Amino acid sequence: MDALTLHRIHFAFTITYHYLFPQLTMGLALLIVVLKTMALRTNDERYNVAARFWARIFSVNFLIGVVTGIPMEFQFGTNWSEFSRRAGGVIGQPLAMEGVFSFFLESAFLGLFLFGEKRLSKFAHWGAAFLVFLGSWISGFFIIITNAWMQHPVAYRLLPNGTFEVSSFWGLMMNPWAWLQYAHNMSGAVITGSFVMAAVGALYVLQNREGDYGRIFLKLGVQAGLISCIAQIFPTGDLHGKYLARHQPVSIAAMEGLFHSEKGAPMVVMGQPNFATQKIDNPIAVNKVLSFLIYGTTAAEVSGLDQFPRDQWPTTLPLLFYAYHIMAGLGTYFAALMAVAAFLLWRGKLYTARWVLWPILLSFPLPYIANTAGWMTAEIGRQPWLVYGLLRTSEGYSKHIDVATSLFTLLGFLGMYSVLSILWIVIVYTTIQKGPSPVVEASSSHSPATA
Amino acid sequence: MGALWFWLVAVMLSAYVVLDGFDLGVGIISPFVARTEEERQHALRAIGPVWDGNEVWLVAAGGTLFFAFPLLYASAFSGFYMPLMIVLWLLILRGLSVELRMHVNEALWRSFFDGLFFFSSSLLAVFFGSALANVIRGVPIGPDNYFFLPLWTDWRTGANPGILDWYTVIGGLMAVLALSLHGALYLSLKTEGQLADRARALVRRLWPFVCLATVLAIPATVLARPDSLGNYRIYPAAFLSPIAVVISLVAIPIALRRRSEVGAFLASCAYLSAMLCGAAAGLFPVLLPSTNSSGESITIASAIAGPHSLRVGLAWWIFGMMLAVLYFSTVYWLFRGKVAQHADTYGH
Repeated sequence: MDALTLHRIHFAFTITYHYLFPQLTMGLALLIVVLKTMALRTNDERYNVAARFWARIFSVNFLIGVVTGIPMEFQFGTNWSEFSRRAGGVIGQPLAMEGVFSFFLESAFLGLFLFGEKRLSKFAHWGAAFLVFLGSWISGFFIIITNAWMQHPVAYRLLPNGTFEVSSFWGLMMNPWAWLQYAHNMSGAVITGSFVMAAVGALYVLQNREGDYGRIFLKLGVQAGLISCIAQIFPTGDLHGKYLARHQPVSIAAMEGLFHSEKGAPMVVMGQPNFATQKIDNPIAVNKVLSFLIYGTTAAEVSGLDQFPRDQWPTTLPLLFYAYHIMAGLGTYFAALMAVAAFLLWRGKLYTARWVLWPILLSFPLPYIANTAGWMTAEIGRQPWLVYGLLRTSEGYSKHIDVATSLFTLLGFLGMYSVLSILWIVIVYTTIQKGPSPVVEASSSHSPATA
Repeated sequence: MGALWFWLVAVMLSAYVVLDGFDLGVGIISPFVARTEEERQHALRAIGPVWDGNEVWLVAAGGTLFFAFPLLYASAFSGFYMPLMIVLWLLILRGLSVELRMHVNEALWRSFFDGLFFFSSSLLAVFFGSALANVIRGVPIGPDNYFFLPLWTDWRTGANPGILDWYTVIGGLMAVLALSLHGALYLSLKTEGQLADRARALVRRLWPFVCLATVLAIPATVLARPDSLGNYRIYPAAFLSPIAVVISLVAIPIALRRRSEVGAFLASCAYLSAMLCGAAAGLFPVLLPSTNSSGESITIASAIAGPHSLRVGLAWWIFGMMLAVLYFSTVYWLFRGKVAQHADTYGH
């Protein structure tokens, strides 16, 4: 394996694994605030118990997010030193701001939120939950600012020594790409949080245990799930896609597998991109839809890959095509599932509809796959650039790190993260098994809806 | 502007060492002072609400270093590749050991995480100490500003050093001693009963060793990098830091004799900061000295980011640091006083 590929896999693996945790952290943080708000408004202690239950899962998830997140910042320097040297004056900025504005806030108030409930007033405890939520969403914001600058560099200046510096702070912060990507990404995180919460609710209802809590989780999970699933497609996904088509036309051509420019371009639902023949094998396509989605009219011409020099095509093109289609396909499924569930919830039939509860239970891994596939689409779509149009990926890695050394550390991370996965599963499993019910109430709780 | 950022990063790193230092120290000494299950929980509760926030100083300092001195970040992080990866793994293990211990009520599970807590905290102290010693000693920087250090070579300083040589090993051991003392002072301040008594007894035993190591560090540093005291001739103000080191070291037993645990802990904070300031003053304006002639030392001037980046950075940095100080004061204020021997939470 060559050094470039290895460094790419090194970063790709560690960042993909890391992001399994923050997406749930950010999604759950919002849902916990909703639970705490309902507890304040209704004075119903069950919402506080529910929030405490999710805080237990949150704390483990947050921890693994933190410990797998620190290596990300370090890896810019260790494995991508040339990129760090040249772009550090710009991307170092939002990364440092993440630490200063988000991590200090989060770490300070997470302790209060987890350990201080008995000592704080109920309003102060709500405030602690809110600040943890705010911190986690600010953290996501600065990471997206960093990534958006790599996708769509703005507000920079090239210095004589070949490095970049920020030319306008607000230009960097107001990068339109960042705001579209942020909206799309955060709604994706809420989808993960909602699906996990709804799945635990479905589990409890199907097992006929934990009394009202299964229904509380299902209800909130389905409501938040429906809103976020719709927002994921429209407006965030739609706007992001259109912006992408304008600024990275070669990426969208590759994502859609459009080898040749076409008027009234079809949307390929599935198929296999074939490099040799430059067409999609066995396509299932819908005519003219792609032109419409990007330009709002079925007649518009969409640029195909043939419009661009070969050295600007995204590398690993079939992977990009599949990642994008998996993301879009799953997104459609999520919206459909949540629409059905929300309809049944509204009709008061959800808690007995086993044919929907089962899919809700089994679907919780899918948002993780969709979020991962979405990020793969963004990151592979940016190739062969590390900073779009400015710095190629092949120029950015640490050239003086031996291939065997980075293979060794990659294997080290694989092993270490396997252990983390096992611990996460053990602890989340025991937490779910124990359930939210306080011990005294557990024996007296009833479940009238499924009786 | 460059000098300002040099000292801002130095202050952030000192904050990290002072704050995370005491919870690392608690990890190192916990097997010796916390003997029963209750005492172990007690010790962990004394750092529980703050250790994660303390560790954020490392991330924030790293980020600040990244944007203020991109070349240093690129060169040092890739050059110290292996030890940094080991540090990352140790940070992961340590985070797990603090947080996951309480999740399963089983003696073997808890003993395992106790052992992991001790192991990872001790090794982290060794690595941080030897990292500082590596920076003071210098590294073989190549003409392209990069280098790659093996974990060890022939254990000698000189043109071809390793991460570990006699000097950096002394640095690592010294960090273990100093942070153990720091952690013991913290436990004597925040806990009560036998745990606090044992921590105080440990302070008395550790203190002479820390003094001895501090005195030995000066000739060792001169041997490892002969021109390391040059700055003290140019800037007489640099002598403030060794003076502060001596005063704060002496203040520790005096404060303890007067039963001022806060005073003793703050003296230890001052000692650690003064040691780091002394090291920084010895380096300035060099960031990473070169041990050979093929490449030049990385200096503030060669590594500094663009001027507009730095002006922009200063604006938000000041604002962000004010917020951070506010959060930390709030948390430490709410968490003031002795930690009760028994838990008062909803069982997280």
